[in-house]
Amino acid sequence: MEFQLNDDQRALRTGTRQLLAALFPRERLRAMVDAGGPGGAGGPGGAGRPGGAAVDGASVRELWRELGAAGFFSLRLPEERGGTGLGLPETVLVFEEAGRVLLPGPLVATHLAAGLVEGAAEGRALVTALDRPGPVEHLASADAVLLLDRATLRILRTDPGPDPDPDGDACTAVLPRALRARSVRAVDPTTPLHLVSQLPDDAGAVPGELPDAVRLRREAALLTAALQLGSALRTVEMTVAHVKARSQFGRPVGSFQAVQHLCARMFVRAEIARCSVYAASLTVTFGDVSRAKLLADTAAVRNARDCLQLHGGFGFTWDADVHPHLKRAWVRAAQWQSAAEAEEGLAEELLNEFPAGLSTGPGEVVANVEISSE
Amino acid sequence: MDLTFTKEEEEFRRRLRTWLRETLPKLPAKPPPDQWPARRAYDCAWQRALYDAGYAGLHWPTDAGGQGATPTQHLIFLEETELAGAPYVGANFVGLLHAGPTIAVEGTAEQRARWLPPILRGEEVWCQGFSEPDAGSDLASLRTRAVRDSDAYIVTGSKIWTSHAEVADWCELLVRTDASAPRHRGISWLAMPMDAPGVTVRPLRTLAGSTEFAELFLDEVRIPLSHRVGAENDGWRVTMVTLSYERGTAFVGEVVACRRTLARLARTAKENGRWDDAVLRRRLGRLNAEFGALWRLTQWNVSAAERTSPGGGSAVPGVGGSVFKLRYSEARQELYEAAAEVIGPEALDAGHPWTADRLSALSYTIAAGTSQIQQNIIAERILGLPKGR
Ligand SMILES: Cc1cc2nc3c(=O)[nH]c(=O)nc-3n(C[C@H](O)[C@H](O)[C@H](O)COP(=O)(O)OP(=O)(O)OC[C@H]3O[C@@H](n4cnc5c(N)ncnc54)[C@H](O)[C@@H]3O)c2cc1C
Repeated sequence: MEFQLNDDQRALRTGTRQLLAALFPRERLRAMVDAGGPGGAGGPGGAGRPGGAAVDGASVRELWRELGAAGFFSLRLPEERGGTGLGLPETVLVFEEAGRVLLPGPLVATHLAAGLVEGAAEGRALVTALDRPGPVEHLASADAVLLLDRATLRILRTDPGPDPDPDGDACTAVLPRALRARSVRAVDPTTPLHLVSQLPDDAGAVPGELPDAVRLRREAALLTAALQLGSALRTVEMTVAHVKARSQFGRPVGSFQAVQHLCARMFVRAEIARCSVYAASLTVTFGDVSRAKLLADTAAVRNARDCLQLHGGFGFTWDADVHPHLKRAWVRAAQWQSAAEAEEGLAEELLNEFPAGLSTGPGEVVANVEISSE
Repeated sequence: MDLTFTKEEEEFRRRLRTWLRETLPKLPAKPPPDQWPARRAYDCAWQRALYDAGYAGLHWPTDAGGQGATPTQHLIFLEETELAGAPYVGANFVGLLHAGPTIAVEGTAEQRARWLPPILRGEEVWCQGFSEPDAGSDLASLRTRAVRDSDAYIVTGSKIWTSHAEVADWCELLVRTDASAPRHRGISWLAMPMDAPGVTVRPLRTLAGSTEFAELFLDEVRIPLSHRVGAENDGWRVTMVTLSYERGTAFVGEVVACRRTLARLARTAKENGRWDDAVLRRRLGRLNAEFGALWRLTQWNVSAAERTSPGGGSAVPGVGGSVFKLRYSEARQELYEAAAEVIGPEALDAGHPWTADRLSALSYTIAAGTSQIQQNIIAERILGLPKGR
């Protein structure tokens, strides 16, 4: 057992961090956030465009091409198919970094669609996904939707015709109707949202060889957890930096014990989520993935709230980088496995023969409770 | 990153499992709580059985009488003994989990030879004389003083909350050897025989009604200089070694026990109908996540230790132990609160089998450094926040 990052994994993490710092610096995030801010299209007082927030199809498409060129979506495709041939543990590390800088867009869905949807691996196609009625991101500009309805996978495609509208509005005519989707002004300025009230029968389904939907849903929950983990770790760093620099009563506020204790709790939350996410990337069992999603959601949301608290009044402004973390964490927590689903599934797991999921040694019974069994 | 085990590790697990299956049914019945001499005998018999089978001091270095096993093997040992329902370390807690490891790292060859084998064979029981009535969290303010008299220290003072003092043979004792030095610089770490003249043990009753700890009164107790571990006045550094063992590794096996308890709790709820309560069910589900995560954190920490000391377990655990200790001690209390919900009014019966555990869980956020102290450590030593008040 060597439950530590190996040298290649460390190098991958460092490389990804450098790449994302160049590709998606804070200014680029802020530009997207501010486009949805006061006066921006999707922010408070904004007009509110179809699909929700201010991030339009064109800006995500541009980012997608850059990420595609950097190999972001083809990480797990074999080399002979143009990919990097990496595994889920490495992918989790890359997504953790993406979560840290709040990289916008349907990253998880497009990554999962690589090899399934033409152009996804290269970032030419924007793919979103949903697994039940509820919020779906970037629907208006998507080229395809992965529909992971319990045990089945369907791929809904939009056919925007010969001259696709650059900001993707032409697609809205096809997709939201098929999905009975209603656009809302999304709380997260960088994640346009539709709310889907009912899944379609089997309109647009593409028959043929498709991977295991249960496995794909698990991977989606895990990669979403990795994004949340990155965000949770980032808000710890932001908080620690702020409380060291900000002085009140003639000393750094970070020297006050009440502040120190909140910081310590944020750190513990993130560390516990980190071990859970890494373990789940190795086992991909239902229990481990559920633990990872539940604890990473909690860490991302709670840490963002504590970060906001410890930034004081500045934390409540649009200018602070805290609110995008909190709002994105809310969106991610509502995607894939919700807290209720994870907790119910994990309660069920307890009834199975112990030591379910405790040890990965041979001869162990590893519980395989499916979400759909509740 | 890898969570699979090597061939040797799997072989080790298989052998241990077989041995446990053969040995456990032959153990005598566990004595009732509070009968300390009987409990000592029981705990020591179990330790002797481990010794005879080659499982004593598994992760201690071989020159300290240990088996030189890897931290991963030690983790497998803790996991398997707990899964099999083997006896808890009990009265041997201090000797095996922190006094012993401290002597193994800091002691001289003679000291290792004198004290370690009897711990491993289950012949001598240790207790921990750190806390004083006026020095708990602020351990460095301790006042029990030791004055040199030719080849010995003459020790006078008192200690409190000393677990298992009633049945201990030795005490890891912190004393002030230089009253004029700065607080942290005048402390020494001594091994005190509990039967020395001048040692009085007065049992303290816990809120659970048991006498698992005691007060020690030390009246001119004569302790040979050769019983000092580490240099004179360098005891604070030695103490940090002891405390990091206490926080870093001493509770690891208990996570497994809590996971077992949680699974039993779920089955109880299923049987008595409380399972139909979705709020309670979800609470149990979240606890499953918490304890599962604590187990993963344990594996992470053990692997980190293995990286720094591949040859055996002499590595001193880092401050990461505070992360585990903080969350584990709380989760344990949440577990028994949930248990009370499942059990219903019966949980108010002091004789209910879960009640003693529910009560003892309350000590976990206090003993071995309170939660507040763990948070101070994380904030200052891990996150690098400015020293506070
Ligand atoms: C079951 C049990 C077994 C024990 N066994 C042993 C043993 O075998 N040997 C031994 O030596 N000791 C033992 N202890 C003692 C234990 O280590 C101390 O109780 C513990 O360190 C706290 O010290 P205290 O009780 O003096 O509390 P205090 O230090 O008086 O603390 C009181 C309260 O103030 C808080 N506080 C104190 N200082 C700070 C600070 N700087 N910042 C924020 N909050 C602070 C504490 O968190 C606590 O809430 C045992 C305790 C228990 C409960």
